[in-house]
Amino acid sequence: MMEILMSLLVGLFFTIGTYLILSKNLMRIILGTSIITHGVHLLILTMGGLKNGGPPLLGESFAAFTDSLPQALILTSIVINFAVTALFLVLSYRAYKTLGTVDIEEMRGTADE
Amino acid sequence: MSSLHLMIFIPFIFAIIVPFIHRQCIQRVHTGWFVLAVPLSILLYLIPYIRAVSIGKTIQLELQWMPSLGINFTAYLDGLALIFALLISGIGALVILYSIYYLSKEKEALNNFYVYLLLFMGAMLGLIFSDNIFVLYVFWELTSISSFLLIAYWYQRKHSRYGAQKAMLITIAGGLAMLAGLILLSIITETNSIREMVSMVGESEKHKLFLPAMIFLLLGAFTKSAQFPFSIWLPDAMEAPTPISAYLHSATMVKAGIYLVARFTPVFGGSAEWFWLVSGAGIITLLYGSINAVQQKDLKALLAYSTVSQLGLIMSLLGIGSAALYLKTGNESSVYAFAVAAALFHLINHSTFKGSLFMVVGIIDHEAGTRDLRRLGGLAALMPVSFTLAVIGSFSMAGLPPFNGFLSKEMFFTSILTLIEQPVFGIRALAMLFAIVAWTASVFTFIYCMILVFKTFTGKHHPEKLDKQVHEAPLGMLVSPMVLASLVVMIFFFPNVIADYFLKPALAAVVPGQAGLDIHISPWHGWNAEVIMTLGVIGCGILLYRGLKKWLPVYQRYPKGLTFNHLYQLTLEGMEGLSFKVTKRYMTGIVRDYLVYIFFTIILVIGGALWLLDGISFYFSNNAPVNAYEMGIVVGMIVAALTVLLAKSRLTAIIALGALGLLVSLLFVVFRAPDLALTQLVVETVTTVLFLLCFYHLPELRREKSKLRFKLTNLLISLGVGAVFTVLALSANNHRFSETISSFFEDSYTLAGAKNMVNAILVDFRGLDTMLEILVLAIAGLGVFTLIHLGDSGQAVKSNLLEKIKSNDVILRTVTKAASIIIFTFAIYLFFGGHHNPGGGFVGGLSSAAGLILLYLTFDSETIRENIQVDFKKLAAAGVLIAVMTGAGSFLFQAPFLSQTFGHVELPVFGDTELATALIFDLGVALAVVGTAMTIILTISEDES
Repeated sequence: MMEILMSLLVGLFFTIGTYLILSKNLMRIILGTSIITHGVHLLILTMGGLKNGGPPLLGESFAAFTDSLPQALILTSIVINFAVTALFLVLSYRAYKTLGTVDIEEMRGTADE
Repeated sequence: MSSLHLMIFIPFIFAIIVPFIHRQCIQRVHTGWFVLAVPLSILLYLIPYIRAVSIGKTIQLELQWMPSLGINFTAYLDGLALIFALLISGIGALVILYSIYYLSKEKEALNNFYVYLLLFMGAMLGLIFSDNIFVLYVFWELTSISSFLLIAYWYQRKHSRYGAQKAMLITIAGGLAMLAGLILLSIITETNSIREMVSMVGESEKHKLFLPAMIFLLLGAFTKSAQFPFSIWLPDAMEAPTPISAYLHSATMVKAGIYLVARFTPVFGGSAEWFWLVSGAGIITLLYGSINAVQQKDLKALLAYSTVSQLGLIMSLLGIGSAALYLKTGNESSVYAFAVAAALFHLINHSTFKGSLFMVVGIIDHEAGTRDLRRLGGLAALMPVSFTLAVIGSFSMAGLPPFNGFLSKEMFFTSILTLIEQPVFGIRALAMLFAIVAWTASVFTFIYCMILVFKTFTGKHHPEKLDKQVHEAPLGMLVSPMVLASLVVMIFFFPNVIADYFLKPALAAVVPGQAGLDIHISPWHGWNAEVIMTLGVIGCGILLYRGLKKWLPVYQRYPKGLTFNHLYQLTLEGMEGLSFKVTKRYMTGIVRDYLVYIFFTIILVIGGALWLLDGISFYFSNNAPVNAYEMGIVVGMIVAALTVLLAKSRLTAIIALGALGLLVSLLFVVFRAPDLALTQLVVETVTTVLFLLCFYHLPELRREKSKLRFKLTNLLISLGVGAVFTVLALSANNHRFSETISSFFEDSYTLAGAKNMVNAILVDFRGLDTMLEILVLAIAGLGVFTLIHLGDSGQAVKSNLLEKIKSNDVILRTVTKAASIIIFTFAIYLFFGGHHNPGGGFVGGLSSAAGLILLYLTFDSETIRENIQVDFKKLAAAGVLIAVMTGAGSFLFQAPFLSQTFGHVELPVFGDTELATALIFDLGVALAVVGTAMTIILTISEDES
């Protein structure tokens, strides 16, 4: 059951994230990317199989271990995502300071740009 | 690496150094003097090889590059490569010497000039020494690129840019065709080495891809060597400075196509198609170039067309000579092999006389300020030395004795006559036509050579048409053309030195079956057909030259719309217009449109692939159970996510997002991923602070006032994306295409000395990924810093937002002190424990950052800055550097980049301690993470407002 539940959760996160990204407000767009990221992490983790062994630590004596590869991938993704979110945030902050709006429709450049 | 490889790399290494030298000596010494050392040293290095190669030795040296792909940088030196190497280094040295006087050190951007020139020299040497076809291709394209840069050297001029673009488009298009040909060849022969290809000639000829491979390869050779109709780029390439025209566009680069044809003659030669294509293209180009050269008014344009024509001559000789491989042995074969010798001989001769002619034209341009034949005349008295040099060069090109051009032109006639006497491949009917075309082209060649000399140097001098007072060039400028001109004369008198030392070993490389062939060149064989042809050329040439005024207007009759230049222009404009129209259709400038494209593509590609490949399949047999606790987490996550979606205030959204992140980390615990749970927990904390800091400045979330249709479209797309990913997740579950590789990592203790598999993957197995990741991280940090400080006056920080919101609560301050110590201790524990237990560089670094943020929140920044004197940007850089250095450290132990090792050390207090180099690497990771995180947070918080 856990896999089905996770798959549905992944779908929900993707739906909400996409909906937020398609809105006009920069802040909502950033919130959307964060939610999609959670969706991606859960997707990778679910793909590797859930709860089919102990944590991937050889110090503990388990008969089987959960797949360590998806975990390494997700760990990398979490940290990169932090940097990307920071950049998005500052970009929108800077854009607001310069242009005075967070509405991407109003941010469109002039013809010669 | 061998010394031969070093010769290829020296120009590249020097290209890096030149700008620094240039900056040092910009006012005092001409940069060219330093650059001159490069070709001279290569030349000196090559000289000892001449003897060895002449007695039939070849040198093959291997340098492993990508052995798994069969791509090794094998340098191969034989007679053919030696001729080219000597031309590249020898003429290179003369051209650089000439350029020292031609380009003023005050006015010109010499650093660019010499960097491009050295780039070209290295690329060209690499091209001729490569035995591997793909390495050859890389160098081939590099010569095109450096040629592009050199043609556009005076990029302020519109014509220079046009010429550079044209040369680039045509030669690169040909280069791509050549790549296709090389790939086909490697499929046919199952090797990437030219040497091995040569050794399996018989088999490859029967392959059905043999002909396509040949045609694609020849497209590359023909575009590079300006064969008709691709020759249109060469006249426009004359916008380059004259030393470059002399070097690239007459002596070396344009001969790369000739080299390619010669190099692959043992592979393709002997087939009728090769014979017809190469000799046909060559003979047409010969005629086309010579006819066009006559009508030129610009001296350089005249030389450009003459180069086209002469390249055609060499090409046609190679084509004719390839028949020697068909005939294999015997006298008939040797007669055809003689044509190859003639081609190589003319190649050398052409480089000498054309090089000197270009330099003389450069001198005229330099001294008279123009190259226009209508403004020049009567310069012989004013520039006697240049006049003499021009006479030697032109008469040699026209095929007159006592100059080397006479000898190779006689050999050309001999080879053409061979076609009539001993026809092959059914050429009997056309042999006569070949002879007539060759003879006519020679007449035109004679005419333009006379135009070059006599229209410029004799007749009436018109000082009023010139902007400058004309006088002879300085000696330094004359030295290079003098050297070449004396070679022109010397080769005429001692042609067999060239034949013995260069032509014979080169012939062995092109026609291996005729390796021992004796080539004897002599200026006089009695009254044979060749001499009569030459006399006819001279007679007719003089007559036509005298009547030039009467028949030259015929050229004006030719419709301008029917030229290949016009076709090129039309194609280019048409393509630009079309792509602009198409692009304008979908590039609306609205970000949302692009996002919609992206999401639609995701739905189409993933959904479509699942549908078409029957990927949708559900198995639920191995599913893990769900308990109430986990159900609670999931419900909480759904609520949090929906709250973010519907939130009307910034704060609600941020808090809901934070809650979602914490619930995700709980889920990681459930799924036995302690490392993920830890990292997610800390990242969520820091990210929440980040969101708070930024959203504080941004306006409150408003209800979106948009049309229902807009919202409905968005909803539909979102549901589509969500559905696709749900199906993907369900189908991927328990569905494997191949065996899992994860059991490999379960040996992490024996392989990497780590009990924590995830950490072992990050710092050891996939260390390169992690290294690049922290690099990205550091770049993001710098990006944030730059974005905030963009357009700053560089003043000191005015206020700190963290300080503004700091609390004066005494209890909080006291607790904070203790808490931060706990956090730091925990961070250090996480860092060191990471190799065996959950933790590691990432989470250690992030926790330290969290502790620091807490300190900034409670104490004023003054106090903190006094106690923690760290520039976090530099800390991030230091972290990346440590990681890279750890990786590079492996080289000291002859191990590949980023090889980690581990061992046990007996320490006094700790006893038996296990140390791994991975720990140093992880330290780099931790420092990069702290540095970046703090740079980001502090930069945002310190910004005024």
